[in-house]
Amino acid sequence: MKPSIVRAALAAMGMLALLAALALVVLLYGAHQRAAAAGLLALTGAAVWIYVSPRCYAWRYVLPGALAALVFIVMPMLYTLGISFTNYSSDNLLSFERATAVLLGRSESSGEGLDLKLFEAQGRHRFLFSTEDGQRFVSGPVALGAALRVPLKAADAADADDAALPLKQLIALQPALRQVVAVLPDGRELRVSSLRRFAVSRPAFVREADGSLRDTQDGTRVTADFSTGHWRRADGTPLQPGFRTEVGWQNYVRIFSDHRFLEPFVRVFSWTVAFAGLNTLFTFGLGIVLAVALNWDALRGRNFYRVMLFLPYAVPAFISIPVFRGLFNENLGEINLILDQLFGVRPGWFSDATLARGMVLLVNTWLGYPYMMILSMGLIKAIPGELYEASALAGAGPLTNFFRITLPLIARPIAPLLIASFATNFNNLTLIALLTGGAPDYLDTEVPVGATDLLASYTYRIAFQDSGQNYALACAISSIVFLIVATLAVVNLKLFKVGRDSA
Amino acid sequence: MAIVLKKSHRWRVLLAHAGLLAFIALTVFPFLMILSISLRPGNFAGGHLIPSHISFEHWKLALGISYLDADGQLVKPPFPVLLWIWNSLKVAFISASVSLVLSITAAYAFARMRFRGRDTMLKSLLLLQMFPSVLALVAIYALFDRIGDVVPWLGLNSHWSLALAYTGGVAQHIWLIKGYYDSVPRELEEAAAVDGATPFQAFVHVLLPMALPILVVVFVLAFLGGMIEYPVASVLMHNEENLTLAIGSRLFLFNQRYLWGDFAATAILAGLPLTLLFLVTQRWLVSGLTSGAVKG
Repeated sequence: MKPSIVRAALAAMGMLALLAALALVVLLYGAHQRAAAAGLLALTGAAVWIYVSPRCYAWRYVLPGALAALVFIVMPMLYTLGISFTNYSSDNLLSFERATAVLLGRSESSGEGLDLKLFEAQGRHRFLFSTEDGQRFVSGPVALGAALRVPLKAADAADADDAALPLKQLIALQPALRQVVAVLPDGRELRVSSLRRFAVSRPAFVREADGSLRDTQDGTRVTADFSTGHWRRADGTPLQPGFRTEVGWQNYVRIFSDHRFLEPFVRVFSWTVAFAGLNTLFTFGLGIVLAVALNWDALRGRNFYRVMLFLPYAVPAFISIPVFRGLFNENLGEINLILDQLFGVRPGWFSDATLARGMVLLVNTWLGYPYMMILSMGLIKAIPGELYEASALAGAGPLTNFFRITLPLIARPIAPLLIASFATNFNNLTLIALLTGGAPDYLDTEVPVGATDLLASYTYRIAFQDSGQNYALACAISSIVFLIVATLAVVNLKLFKVGRDSA
Repeated sequence: MAIVLKKSHRWRVLLAHAGLLAFIALTVFPFLMILSISLRPGNFAGGHLIPSHISFEHWKLALGISYLDADGQLVKPPFPVLLWIWNSLKVAFISASVSLVLSITAAYAFARMRFRGRDTMLKSLLLLQMFPSVLALVAIYALFDRIGDVVPWLGLNSHWSLALAYTGGVAQHIWLIKGYYDSVPRELEEAAAVDGATPFQAFVHVLLPMALPILVVVFVLAFLGGMIEYPVASVLMHNEENLTLAIGSRLFLFNQRYLWGDFAATAILAGLPLTLLFLVTQRWLVSGLTSGAVKG
């Protein structure tokens, strides 16, 4: 075998990846993401060591997959946990540095405007300002384009006005003009206030030596309050924008002690558990009955049945769920049309809490039973036929067979799959987001939340939909769900091991 | 089986047939309804399952073709459906390729090598695949938002970001591929080793060609996963021209703008190929799941 092209290609790819990683480290460092840069550098170092040291031979193969799992599964989880201890939300969106920069960048103009005329000569510009009462100030020629401080002096001879640049060019120069601070002889500063006017203005806040800010208007001190993430005036009023900061367990305390959050949380949590439990029960019940029927040798055309029964699972959920949303529509949907014609009723599938929950369960059972059916079919096939022959000799009927042989024998192998199904449905955001969007909403809660909202869709609404966009609170709820899923996963692993040992 | 059949047996068979057929009729009803709606003029319910008047207006719109309605007004397609399908294909293809490449070598090491931390790693991967990305949506959003400040093409609204976010499926893929490697006899690789092949050569030239079926299946599964994913895409993608089909199709059904017929045509156009693809590959998926659960 040749030491082939594959090897050379892999080596080239490795070098490329190394260079890309190093470039990213530099980029991150440049963007003041020190921690991320250091982390990435350490990771790159570890990777290089693994591919150089012969002792880590097996890890050379494992690394790409392990790294992917680390970056794409573990890191988002840890980050979620991290955010849950901050106040990250639409009110506290920026980092401390950015929020401070926004405040320092604010200026207050005192309304005294000066007309601007701009003259150009050899690519450089001269400013001419004139006040209402005819005072004039001029600057020397400057190159526009960067942040500039332009000193002005009182003008004695008047320039010919018709040489000034026309409005069109002034408009084109606006971005450059916005970076200009013109300084009057008495030290007052002029900044752009409209297209051809500059106004006397000064920064609203200046930084003091101790790190606090001073309001230039009344001279009061503004201090950063890191417990809530706001710059505050002396009287306690917070300034916008707020900044991100650590708030410890505050989000969790809010969920469990503030009744505005506790009550919806408890309601959503109990519905989530009920939904996941009932749904697992329904899909499994329906699935195993169909599986038993399809494993019955006397039945002909079983292949046809199998494909047709499997169909609901094969159709992408993002298509079948909106189909049901349309069919169940209260005014325009086909289901209510038929019910109206047959019985004269038009149930409010999206406005009545009980009906909405029933519909959600019905639709998800429709979506999920084929999976359970296929799993059960495989497991039933593995049951030795002699057991059924023996029971037939003893005169047992199909029901006895089902409850005494089939069910007990597949209970153990299917248990981990049922738990996995419970965990999946616990977080079935797609179903709720596409079917009801949580509707109908409770009317008696302050936080917008609906009767069909699962914990996952509740956090989705908190973070992305309803006003407030409280990312941190959403992450805190997600972290609680992480704990629940982790418990289920560990239980599952134990069951899985038992299943393997006995097999 | 040598079982004496009772008289009631024939009735039971008949009853089973009737029950199954009735059940199938019930489950297939939504699909027939959608087909009928897509061929019916207008966007409102009404009429019979078999439309009295067949119109292809919704199909034209789904395919991006404008048409003149009865009043002589030009009706333009409400959404760029074909562009969305193309976006979905692109994202799904990139994510499937990346996650396949990332998992094949790891699966090899887990199947053939003994090293410290092997069992722990395998177990962690099994645990990790139970955590859905739905729970980390905020983190995924915030991460890509910040990455976008430094590397613009890897920020929000980028198909690359979306494809990378989908790569979290590697944990499951490694297990699936490892299961298949386990079922391939080692003798051939051992023979290659005797002939002087390095483990890497044995892997590339002996094992990989034999493992082609599972690679195809995992690729298709990852591809389908990318095509149908909703939550992550809905958080990362906002511009209409960047949407994938899965999040775009949600825009058809609002009470203010209820494009039932257009949705139906789009649903069939996009859903049919995906359904067929899934029907072909589901056998391996399910056998992988059950064997993973039963045998480990």
